[in-house]
Amino acid sequence: MKKIAFAFLLLFSLYSCKESDKKEVKAETKKEISDLSIYNLPSKWTTQDGKDIELKSLRGNVLVMVMIYTSCKSACPRLVADMRDIESKLEKKTKQHVKLILVSIDPNTDTPERLKSFAIENKMNQDPWIFLRSTEENTREFAAVLAVNYKKISPIDFSHSNIISVFNPEGELIFQQEGLGVNNEKTIEAINLEAGKI
Amino acid sequence: MKKYIFILTIFFFSAVSVMKAQEKGMAFIKEGSYVPLYGAVSQKPVIVKPFYIDIYPVTNSEFLEFVKKNPSYQKSKIKGIFADKSYLSYWTTDFDFGNANPKSPVTSVSWFAAKKYCECQGKRLATMDEWEYVAMADTRKVDARTKKEFNEYILSWYEKSRTYENEIGKTFKNYWGVYDMHGLVWEWTSDFNSIFLSGESRKDKSTDKNLFCGSGSVNASDLMDYAAFMRYAFRGSLKAQYSTRNLGFRCASTTKPKI
Repeated sequence: MKKIAFAFLLLFSLYSCKESDKKEVKAETKKEISDLSIYNLPSKWTTQDGKDIELKSLRGNVLVMVMIYTSCKSACPRLVADMRDIESKLEKKTKQHVKLILVSIDPNTDTPERLKSFAIENKMNQDPWIFLRSTEENTREFAAVLAVNYKKISPIDFSHSNIISVFNPEGELIFQQEGLGVNNEKTIEAINLEAGKI
Repeated sequence: MKKYIFILTIFFFSAVSVMKAQEKGMAFIKEGSYVPLYGAVSQKPVIVKPFYIDIYPVTNSEFLEFVKKNPSYQKSKIKGIFADKSYLSYWTTDFDFGNANPKSPVTSVSWFAAKKYCECQGKRLATMDEWEYVAMADTRKVDARTKKEFNEYILSWYEKSRTYENEIGKTFKNYWGVYDMHGLVWEWTSDFNSIFLSGESRKDKSTDKNLFCGSGSVNASDLMDYAAFMRYAFRGSLKAQYSTRNLGFRCASTTKPKI
C-alpha cells in the first residue's frame, strides 16, 4: 500500500508545475499585486547580510535599482557614484520611504560576503542601501524586466547597460535614467514625488 | 489485485511517456566550439557544452496544452509585466488559436512565457551560443556558414513573409537532426538580452561598417555576416515582454530529457 502511495506521489510531483502555479495565483489575488509590478516575480534574493528575501518584502517603498558587479573597474564605480549622488539629493522628510538597491549581475563572484565588504568599503552598509544577489537565471530574468542587457566578456568582466530604475511602492517601473553621470534632476524629482505620496 | 493495479498504472504511465518522448523529441548536440559572428569581443572560439535541443519549435497545439494547465499564461490573464498586448494576438480566445494550423509554430509569445513553457517541461531555453551553434549546420556539415548556398537560403527566407503559417518540420533536417532553425520563425534564446549593438558593443564586431558600405563584390563571408547580423540585430531590439508574429521558440536541456 505504501508503495502505491509512493508511486502516486512521484507521479504527482512530475506534474507539480501546474499545482504550484495555482497556489501562486491565489496568493497574488489576495494581495492584489498589480499587473505591471515586479512583485509578481517569485525569485528569491540574498542580501549582503546573508538574509534571504523575496522582492515582495520591499513593497511599500520607493525603490531605486541598479545592476552592477563588484569587481568592475570602469562603469560601475561611476554608477555607484551616480546612486550616491541621487541619495544625497533626496528630500529629507520622505527619505525613509526610499530604498536604494544594487543588484549583482555576477552572482558567482558576488557572494553575500563579498557584497558586504563592498558595502563597507563604499560606506553603504546601512539604510537605505541594500545589496542583492540571486541565481544566474533569476538575475537574467530581473535584467529582462529592467531592460538591462549584460554579457560576460571574460571571467571577471561584463559589459552592461547603465540604467538606474525607479519603482513606485507597488513595484511598478515609473522612471529610468540611462547613461553615466547624466543629469539626474528628473530621476530625483520622480523619487521625491513618489515618496511624498506615502 | 492491488499489485496488479499498481503494475498496470506504471505500465500506463510509461506508455504515455514514451508517446510524449516521440512527440517532443530532442536531438543530442555534441560538445564543440565555434567562433560567433557577433557578440564576441575577441575572435576566440566559444565552447558549447553538450546539450539537447528540441527537434522542432513549439507548436500552437502544444502551447494550448500548456496554457490549459497554467491559467496565468492565458491570453486574457497574463500580467503586463510578463507580456505586452500583442501576446497570442492571433488567438481568438484563451483556448482557441483561431484558423492557425495546430502544427504551426506558436508565435507572439513573450520571453517570459517561452521560458515558463520550457520550465514546465523540465527544460529551459537554449542560450544564444547553443542556438547559433546548432543553426550553423546544414544537412551535411556542422558548420556550413561559409557555404554560399546555405547563406543564400537563409537570406532568401528573411525576404519571405508569413512563413510562420507553415507547419513545423517542412524545412531541411540539419546535421544534428534538427529542423526549422532557418526558414520558419525567429526564436527566443535565454540570454537574448546580452546583446549590445550600440555604444558598448562597438567592440562586438569590428567590421560593422563593411556590411553596409562594402563596394563591389559580395562574397560568402559577407552574406554569412549579414545573415548573422540580422539575427543579432533582431535579438538586440527585443524586450522580454515583446511578442511578435514571426517569433517563436523551442526548448533545450542540459541533461537527458526525462519525459
